[in-house]
This record gives sequence, structure tokens and C-alpha cells, in this order.
Amino acid sequence: MSLDTASPTARRHGSNAGQPLTRRDGLLKVTGRATYAADNHPDGMLYAVTAISRIARGRVTALDVGAARAHAGVVEVLTPANRPPLAHDPDEKMPPFGFRVEVLQDDTVRYVGQPIALVVAETLEAATEAAALLDPQYEIADARTDRSNGDRFGLAAVGIGAPPRTVHGDLAAGLAAATHVTEAEYETPAQYHNAMEPHAVVAEWHGDRVTLDMPNQAMALSCAAYGAYFDIPAENVLIRSPFLGGGFGSKAILNGPQILAILAARMLKRPVKLVLTRTQMYGPVGHRGHTWQKLRIGTDAQGRLTALHHHALCATSSFDEFIEPAANASLPLYDSPAILVEHEGLRLDIGTPGPMRAPGEASGSAALEVAMDEAAVACGMDPLEFRLANYAETEPGTGRPFSSKALRECYLEGAKRFGWAGRPLEPRQMRDENGFLVGWGMGTAVFHCPHFPAEARATLRADGTALVETAGADMGQGAWTALAQIAAEALGLDPDQVEFHSGISTLPDGGIAGGSGHTASAGLALNNAGEDAIAKLAAIATADPASPLFGAGNIGVVARSGRLHRIDDEGRSESYVDILARAGQAEVIGTAKAARDPAIAEAHAMFSHGAVFAEVKVDPDLGQIRATRLVGAFAAGRVINPRLVRSQYFGGMIWGTSFALHEEAVTDRRTGRIMNADLAEYHVPVNADVPSLDAILIEEDDPYVNPLGIKGVGEIGITGTVGAIANAVWHATGVRVRRFPVRIEDLLIARA
Amino acid sequence: MNRFDYIRPVSVSEAIAAAAVPGSAYLAAGTNLLDLMKVGTTRPERVIDITRLPGLDRIEWLPDGGVRIAAMVRNSDLAYDERFARTFPAVAEALLSGASAQLRNAATVGGNLMQRTRCAYFHDLASACNRRVAGSGCDARDGENRLHAVLGWSEHCIATHPSDFCVPLVALDALVEVEGPHGAREIPVDLLHALPGATPERETALAPGELVVALRLPAEAADFSGNARYLKLRERTSYAFAVVSAAAALELEGKLIRKARVALGGVAAKPWRAREAEVALTGMPASAEAFAKAAEIALADALPSGDNAFKIELARRIVVRALSLAFEGTPEVMPALPASPFSTTAGAIHVA
Amino acid sequence: MSLSISLTINGQARTVVLDDPRVTLLDLLRERLDLPGTKKGCDRGQCGACTVLVDGRRINSCLSLAASLDGTEVTTIEGLAEGEALHPVQAAFIAHDGFQCGYCTPGQIMSAVGLIKEGHANGDPERIRELMSGNICRCGAYQGITEAILEAQKASTEANRRDAA
Ligand SMILES: Cc1cc2nc3c(=O)[nH]c(=O)nc-3n(C[C@H](O)[C@H](O)[C@H](O)COP(=O)(O)OP(=O)(O)OC[C@H]3O[C@@H](n4cnc5c(N)ncnc54)[C@H](O)[C@@H]3O)c2cc1C
Ligand code: SF4
Ligand code: FES
Ligand code: FES
Repeated sequence: MSLDTASPTARRHGSNAGQPLTRRDGLLKVTGRATYAADNHPDGMLYAVTAISRIARGRVTALDVGAARAHAGVVEVLTPANRPPLAHDPDEKMPPFGFRVEVLQDDTVRYVGQPIALVVAETLEAATEAAALLDPQYEIADARTDRSNGDRFGLAAVGIGAPPRTVHGDLAAGLAAATHVTEAEYETPAQYHNAMEPHAVVAEWHGDRVTLDMPNQAMALSCAAYGAYFDIPAENVLIRSPFLGGGFGSKAILNGPQILAILAARMLKRPVKLVLTRTQMYGPVGHRGHTWQKLRIGTDAQGRLTALHHHALCATSSFDEFIEPAANASLPLYDSPAILVEHEGLRLDIGTPGPMRAPGEASGSAALEVAMDEAAVACGMDPLEFRLANYAETEPGTGRPFSSKALRECYLEGAKRFGWAGRPLEPRQMRDENGFLVGWGMGTAVFHCPHFPAEARATLRADGTALVETAGADMGQGAWTALAQIAAEALGLDPDQVEFHSGISTLPDGGIAGGSGHTASAGLALNNAGEDAIAKLAAIATADPASPLFGAGNIGVVARSGRLHRIDDEGRSESYVDILARAGQAEVIGTAKAARDPAIAEAHAMFSHGAVFAEVKVDPDLGQIRATRLVGAFAAGRVINPRLVRSQYFGGMIWGTSFALHEEAVTDRRTGRIMNADLAEYHVPVNADVPSLDAILIEEDDPYVNPLGIKGVGEIGITGTVGAIANAVWHATGVRVRRFPVRIEDLLIARA
Repeated sequence: MNRFDYIRPVSVSEAIAAAAVPGSAYLAAGTNLLDLMKVGTTRPERVIDITRLPGLDRIEWLPDGGVRIAAMVRNSDLAYDERFARTFPAVAEALLSGASAQLRNAATVGGNLMQRTRCAYFHDLASACNRRVAGSGCDARDGENRLHAVLGWSEHCIATHPSDFCVPLVALDALVEVEGPHGAREIPVDLLHALPGATPERETALAPGELVVALRLPAEAADFSGNARYLKLRERTSYAFAVVSAAAALELEGKLIRKARVALGGVAAKPWRAREAEVALTGMPASAEAFAKAAEIALADALPSGDNAFKIELARRIVVRALSLAFEGTPEVMPALPASPFSTTAGAIHVA
Repeated sequence: MSLSISLTINGQARTVVLDDPRVTLLDLLRERLDLPGTKKGCDRGQCGACTVLVDGRRINSCLSLAASLDGTEVTTIEGLAEGEALHPVQAAFIAHDGFQCGYCTPGQIMSAVGLIKEGHANGDPERIRELMSGNICRCGAYQGITEAILEAQKASTEANRRDAA
């Protein structure tokens, strides 16, 4: 990483943003004092537990409500027969991305894990057992559980409103022009977010107002949605979500169990707590949908792409439409005269999938990066050289410029740090001192840069400190720290002098904490609010004849270290404290709304990029795999806090490892039941699975993505990593696995 | 979890008397029992807490060099007992490859021996399962059975026994001391777990109310201390049950195998002792061919019970590797990743 | 049937009357004793979020029946710091960014404290990784966790050496 003094990051050195501060919420989190939703315990609270369906399709014909009610401590049993009405029809979608939900509207069962009753009791033990006593009886219909029996259908949109099909150039001509066409199908399984914190809510009503302690990635939208369900104004819904124990996309969207618990609290006039069990998280709270992806890559004699075709068949539920936008991952990366990406839906009797960390890009780039590796092999080229040969200088197909793109630097720096040079082209060439097969693989990482509208408020106080506020969410990305740094920078204060309030819906709308866009979105709002406060302060000072800044209104001032300085003469300055004291004002309040400029957005392609290099070791006889070394180099615009950013990349790379080698929901095709709906058999990586991670932060100055130059870092680490590991497994063993995760038996080949 | 009566007896005899009531279950650390109660697989009416029974927490060395481990000794205390680990290294390694540090700190010797299958259908009350409800059928048979048994299974049940600990124990001729309503008896660990046959609901040789009070390893088992390993294949590096596992122990005279012990885990409803393979190895010089032949013999009767034919080949290979590792010698110190292929010392892969 | 047990929790002797024998240690702490620092991630021994020390040993509180722990000493995350002074493991977790969302963190920290007491890792990162594998972190903070433990362990070994000298 060069530290060129002219570089924008270096210019910002000495400022608040850019510094590797430790987390502001660290003390709370290491002492157990950070409060997550289920830690709340209002007086008189009851416990709610859902009973879930064990069939995928059909009807509930009987529930032993009597047995449940007879259990000591049971207060109420909600079933379709007595569930109080809701003001919004749960079978109607609620824009912008409310899903259809299952809230006991009738006795129909649409997937395994659907709530079919809610038991409320004085203790958790009583509610749990009473739910088990319901002993549901069913009328069972044949379940659609797989590609072989699901219903295929055409699509109007994929992901959240993205086009299902995009064509650039003439695919047939491109394929005809190819000297070689690489063609293969890849399968990615259903995966579940499995945030460590289960979905939970503590709901308490006061008349027609409700307070909800719940992990929430989208507070303002949720308030409106709950308002619609309960027929109260959005401002009567108070959501407190200071900390989320991980979200990964699963806590941005309303779900049935939480609505039912809120309903029960209103009905019983007592606070109610509901916490899903781990098993209950496999169904009503979204997942990454199963995909089957076909890729065709045409290459010419020089190893240049002539055509790129990516078709994705994506599973969704029988009653809603979230479609993993997997094939769209092939649009922005590689230069090809002809590109066709298209999606097809597959209806299964499952819970509706939803966005899960890097929706679309994760599954799509898994397939694309392996296909690119196969194409490089077909061309006899090193995989990195092959990618460089097909580097897109402008957005493929549209020719739009990238707002910034330091991918080439990522490739080169990553390769250097990893020691990629000298990698043998052929597989099965490397062994370590113990005889394990060693393989090296790489993949390109890419993620789009959304920007959500957000609002913020900054209050400069008479004592020279500030309070900044936005209803953001900390789910581990470090919002409390990075957002405060941005605000402090705008206010010309140290982060220590800035009190940061967040995580409660009464604050200005911080936008959505998702799509890796939260730091940029809420950050820009905070920055603008800070600048607004400073402008107001400057107006006071420059109009005050007693101030050394008097008359500097047209020249301008700059805020630094709690003082305003004349831009043309930094020696003339005055502290915020003095300005406010003389003005007799207790505070000045800056406010801002921020959004992306649509014209700039239209004119540019905006993506974060990266390159991931992986080393795996494989036992040559036994097939067990370990990803022994991962190096990722990422260019994602301006880095507010390198310590936090590195942690985000590591997290993403571990998710990539998990995708490549571990996670998979195993469904019994006869019943649609997920047979490993837990954390013992649904494997996510443990500490011993990730012995060595390295993340390189490549500098990138992006004047277009937003005025702060921030892209996003939360999701990109998964993309690239999946392919890198799968390709390394091929390089180690010579076995090309096209179904994720790679399993031991895939590698049980005859010994070399 | 159903409501139950909680009873904490103060002596073994009181415990046994309490357990005479049908619907009783002994509670040791509870890491398996409570889990099964939470999912509803077991619903005991009476839970008899045996963690405080006097005298059940000792490791005693017997005059002949064998060892007697009382049933309440915790898995980690046994594995880290220096003398025990030196004398029975494969057992210590197996213990340390199971579950997690926290679970091993709690889990008891008796509970580990008596833990029940992890078959997902056994845990799913909506599925048919002969082991849970006799005669109800077996949904694993045509279901998701990639990790189910390849040896000793029947049409009635294809489950495996999940314990790592038990695998070297059967290899080393361990036995359990049992006390029950009709007195005390001893059962070789090899006969403790039942193959399913037509009665998979009969999981062990214990009669209702019988209590495991101790585990014994005979003095001869110590003869293998220099060449004993446990190896476990997993779908992640740690904190996972075995796909397949193997214990191998050799008594060598130079390259000549004087005695051999081989057992497999994750392949059958019990830890699987491969006696014929041991016979084939005895008196042979250690070699890749001899190990491969032993592996062939060990799996000669194996049959896929579903989507799991790969486990047969994998089991063969793990037998070969475990034997190679045992031949290399017990490592000086416990590997950082106990029983993992990635703990292999330099060269082991090349031996076979 | 109601049952009275005595526990020493974070140094404080407490008598707890259980109206229900089904209560696990985890639910006792969280729902009945107002100690919600210990977290529930799976309730089935599969994640480590609920790790506490019982008589100085780390265990999963979700699979421990409270009644069975009568007479024991329990240490939770709330009892680790001495007043405002953080335990060295807590401080090292902050310094090495050993967490993100923080939900697994109380369990990770209690597990790390247990691991250091057990004394089997000997400053070997591979052993730490293995012995911390019973604590899942979905955010993927493992590298920071391992580094934090290495540092805290070193600090505690040095402190012991000083004490011995
Ligand atoms: C997430 C997870 C992962 C695991 N991974 C592994 C692994 O990789 N390898 C492995 O081997 N194990 C593994 N285990 C299982 C673990 O080893 C067992 O749960 C533990 O050994 C059981 O011991 P316990 O003392 O808790 O028994 P309990 O749960 O108290 O009892 C288990 C059973 O044995 C009976 N019982 C207990 N003691 C006696 C006795 N003295 N006499 C008669 N009956 C008795 C009980 O009634 C009960 O049916 C795992 C468990 C979990 C939860
Ligand atoms: S394999 Fe055995 S335990 Fe599993 S479902 Fe069949 S009978 Fe039950
Ligand atoms: S909550 Fe106890 S291990 Fe997960
Ligand atoms: S910090 Fe989020 S699960 Fe570990």
C-alpha cells in the first residue's frame, strides 16, 4: 500500500476519520452490558413460544389446545380460530419490501417451520412445553421440494426490483466467434443466516402505542409496517434496537412470529417476550435460496472473452417472489462483447428466501469465478493473467465509467502478499512437508454500492461537545464508532467529544442497515448535519463584531479541534464555547437529509472490488479440507476505520469459506423438512477452520459514489472467496467440484 | 421439556431404587439428556441426578496396571490426567476430539458411553423412528442418510453411535461395571451397545434401572501406549461428529506387529471392533500392503444403507491411515488438533 | 414441587427457589436472576454463547439443569471485571477487535478465561483455535479472538511469574 502524500487518505491523516479507533461500544460488549432485545424484562412480562408446522404443504386439521391450556402457567393459546384481526392483510405485500407473512391467517401450511400457533405463559418453560403439547394433526399434500418437482416460472424482477434478464451484444455471434466454449452447471444450496442472536421481540403496549425491543436493520420502514398491521400511526411504534446480534439481512424484514408476539401483548395487555429457537429460524425469517446456475464462457485464441452467458434457476416459496439475483453477478466484472444474464424461478414449498449477506453476488460469483477458472484452464492461462486479460475498463455492455475501480491494484497487491507468482498451472503439483495436497486459487470480489436516503441531527452544545443522532443500527459493522468518527470530522471535534445516539426509532431516520450501505448513507447524513451545525455556528460568529471571525462570512471558516478558523488566516480563530457563550445560546442544531444524486448515479457504474487468494490443504487419501491461508485485497472507496473494515473483510472471507466448504441446509425431499436445522449439523466455520486471514485495504478515491467517497465493506468479502477456495481445491486435487459446499466424498478419488 | 420429578439420591443404592420406577432417567451432566428432553425425544417423568453420588468421581490405578474410572469422572479430567493420557493415548486423543472444551468439562464418562444416536429422524418427532417408537418405521432408511451406518445395520435402523471415546475403548477391551436392581455385573464395552436387528429400541445391554458405575481398562491395554492413535474425519476442523473415525493400536517388535487393535467409529450402531483385521495384522511386518489388507478385511461386510457408499471407502482409508500413524508412534505431546488428519506429523502420509 | 438451591453467583451467595425443576442455568440467570449478559444462541450446546464458569470450569449453561448445580460457584460475564477494571481478557478483546456484533462475546470471553485457567494452550495459536472451537462466532471475529487470547495469556503468565518471584 503506497502512502503517497498526495493521496486523499493521507490528506485526511490527522483527522478523525481514517483512524483505527477501537469500538466505542467495546466496553459494553465485553462486560455483558450491551443490551440485546431478549435481555429486556419489563414487569409483568409473559413468554410467547410458537408452535411450528412439521409438514411442508397442506392443512392443520387439529391442535390439542386443551392440553396446552391445561399446562400450569399457560395464559393464552393463539390459533387461527381465535387470533385477533390485523389491519393489514398478511397475504398482501407491503412496499417497498415487506414480504407476505404467516400470522395464523388460516389453517394452510406453506412450509416446514411455519408458525401454526402461539402459546403465551408465565414462564418460558411452561410456554415451551405447552407448545409441544399442541400435537398438530395435518392433512398432508405432496410437497414440492426440489428441481425435479418444483414449478418453474418466469420472473418480473429479481432481488429487490432488479431486472431478471439483461442482454448486451449478440451472444450467438460471440459464442460462434469463440475458439473454446467453457460450459458447466453449478449448484448452490439453501443457506440460513443464523445470526448468533435469534430473532426476538419484547413488546409492550400503552394504549395505542407500542414499544418494541427487537433487533432491527430498518427501523423507519418497520415502524410504518407495524403501524399498518396494528392500525396505529407509525409514530406510535417505538423500536429500540441498540445492538443486533448479527443481522446479515434477516432482520430487515418483518416476519410472522414477531407480529404474533406483538399481537399477543396487545390482546393480553401485558408485555410479551418471544425468542425464536434456533430450529425455528429455519423458515419464517428468510434464507439464501437454492440455485442451479449454467454458465457458458466463450474465449478466443488470446484468452479474451467473446461471450458470457449466465442462467440461474432460483428457488423461492410458493407464495412470494424473492429471487436470488445470482446471474447479475456476471454483469459488471469481465469485458465481453456479448453478455446474457437471465433468471428463472422455481416454486417450492419452503419459507420465502430473502436477502442474505451479499444476496446475488455471493451465489452468482461462486459460479462465475469457478467458471472463469475453468475457462482459464481451457485457455492454458494463469487464472490471474486470464482475469487481467479480460479486465473491464468501463462497465461491460453499457460503457459507463466506473465511479472508481482499483481492482487492478487489488489483483497485484493481493498476488504479491500471497506469493502467487510461480504457481504451477497444472493441478496436483504441490505438497507440503507432511504430504498434504496444496492448492492455490483466486477469485474476483465485487459488490454494488447502494445508498439509502437517511437523516441525521447534530447538536453543538455550549460546553463545546456535540450530540449526534441518527436511527442507525449496530449489528457488528461498528456503526457506533465509524459514524461517530464521520460526525466528529464534520464537526471539527474529537470523537471523544461527540456523544452518539442511535438504535432507536424516534431519532432521525438512519436509513437501512443493509446492502453494505449504512456507513455511507447514515454517514453522509451525519456529515451534512455536522456541516449544517458548523455553518450555523459560523453565521453567528462572522456576524458578531466581538468575534475574531467577524466579517469572514464570504471568505469562509474551517472547523478544527473545537474552533472555527478563518480559511485565509488560520491564526484568527475562536472556540465553539466562546462563540456560543457570547451569543447566549445553549446549542446550535444542524439537521440534514442525504441521498445520492440520481444524475451522478445514472452516469456511473458504482462497485466495490477485490481479489481473494486462497490456499487449501487436502488430505490426499481422506479428502478432508482446510483453508489454510486467505489473502484478500479490497478497494472500497474511503476507509473510515481500518480496524473495523479489516474485521468486516475477515467476516466476509469466513462466510466465503463457509459457503465453499461448510454450510448447507439438508432437506428431506419427501417431506421438505430441513434435517439439520440447528448449529451442530448445519456447519458454519469454527475458530480452527480459519487459521490465517489477511486483508489488504487498497486506497481508492471516489468522487462520485457520494461526497464522502465511502463505498461499502460488509458483504464483498464473501464474493471472490468462495471461488478462490473452490479453485484452490481443484488446484490441489485436480477435482472440479461444481456443487457447494465441497464435500469429503467429492475428493475421494483414486490416489495419485 | 415435559415436567418431571427431580430426585437427588445420596447413594448408588438409593439411585437404583429410585430408578426402579418406570419412566425414570439418570441425569449425569445432562449434555445429551437435556438436549433430548428439549426436542422431546425423551420425556422422563423422573430425573435422577447422579452427579453427587459419593465415590463416583475417582480414577483408580489397579495393582495389575489397569485403571478403573468411576462413571462421574468428567471427560476433560480423564483426557488431561497425565498418567492416563500417557498409558492410553488413543483414548485421551479420542476424548479431546469430541464435542468442545466446554462440553468435555461437563460430560461424564458414563454419559458419554450412554449417549444416544444423532440420527436426525430420531430427534424429529414427526418422523417415523423405530428406535424412538418401537415398530413405527425408519424414515432414515429412504431419507437423508449420507452419514448413516455401513456396518451392522438392519432394515429397522441404520443409525450410528456417535461417541469418539468408545472407539478406542472397544479396541482396548474396556469393560463397564454396572449396578442394578438385580446386583452388580460387568459388560465389555464391545457388548454394551446393541446392533439394531429387529429391535433398535433396545439400544444397550443395560436393563432398565441399571447404572454404569465405572469403566475399566485392563493392564494389557497399556502395552499399546507407544503406538496408539485415534483419527477422526469431520466436515469442519473441530466441533463436529465423525463422518468416520478409527482407533489403531500396535504392539511392535521392530517392524513386526505382535498385536494389533483396530476399531471404527461412525460406521455402525456401536463402536466397531475389527477383530479379523487384527488377526490378519498379527505377526506381519508393518507395511502399506498389510494395512491395506487389514482395511479390506475390516470393511469386507460393509454395505451402504443409503446414500453413503463413500463411507465404506473412506473407512478403509482411515483404517490404513490410523494404522500408519500408530506405526509411526504415539506423538510426544498431544497434537494441537487431536485426531485431526491435519495434526499429522511429518511423513505419516507417505508411510502407507 | 418447589426446590431450594444455593448458588454463589459472581461472588454473591444466593438462595434460589425453583418452582420448576426444568429451569436450566442459562434461563435461571437470564430470566429469573436478571443476569442477561450470558447469551442464548442455540440452547442445545451447539454454539458456546452461554458459556459460564461453574466452580472455575467453563461449561455450557444451556445444557445444565440449575437444580443439579446446587452448591456451586458460578461466574458470568457480569462478574468478571473488578469494578471498573476490566479483566485482561476483556481488555484484549477490545484491543484486538475480537468481536463484531458482540452477541457471542460473553461466551467467548468466559471460554477464554476458562481456557487460560486450564493451561493446555501454552501460547500456541493452533491450540487456542482448537480449544476455542466450541464458541461459534457468526460474524467471524476469530482472528481477533485468537490474538486477544494469546495476549491475555501472555500477560497472565508474566503476572504469575512476577507473583512467583
Ligand atoms: C453439540 C454437541 C457436540 C458433541 N460432539 C461430540 C463428539 O464430537 N463426539 C462425542 O463423542 N460426543 C459428542 N457429543 C456428545 C457428548 O459427548 C455427550 O453429550 C456427553 O458425553 C454425555 O455425557 P453427560 O454426562 O452429559 O450425559 P447425560 O446427558 O447426563 O446422559 C446421557 C445418557 O446417558 C444416561 N446415563 C448417564 N450416565 C449414566 C450412568 N452412569 N449409567 C447409566 N446411564 C447413564 C442418561 O440417562 C442419558 O440417557 C456432543 C454433544 C453436543 C451437545
Ligand atoms: S436410523 Fe434408527 S434412529 Fe434413525 S430413524 Fe431409523 S430407526 Fe430411528
Ligand atoms: S446456547 Fe448454550 S451452547 Fe448455544
Ligand atoms: S461477534 Fe457476532 S457472533 Fe461473534
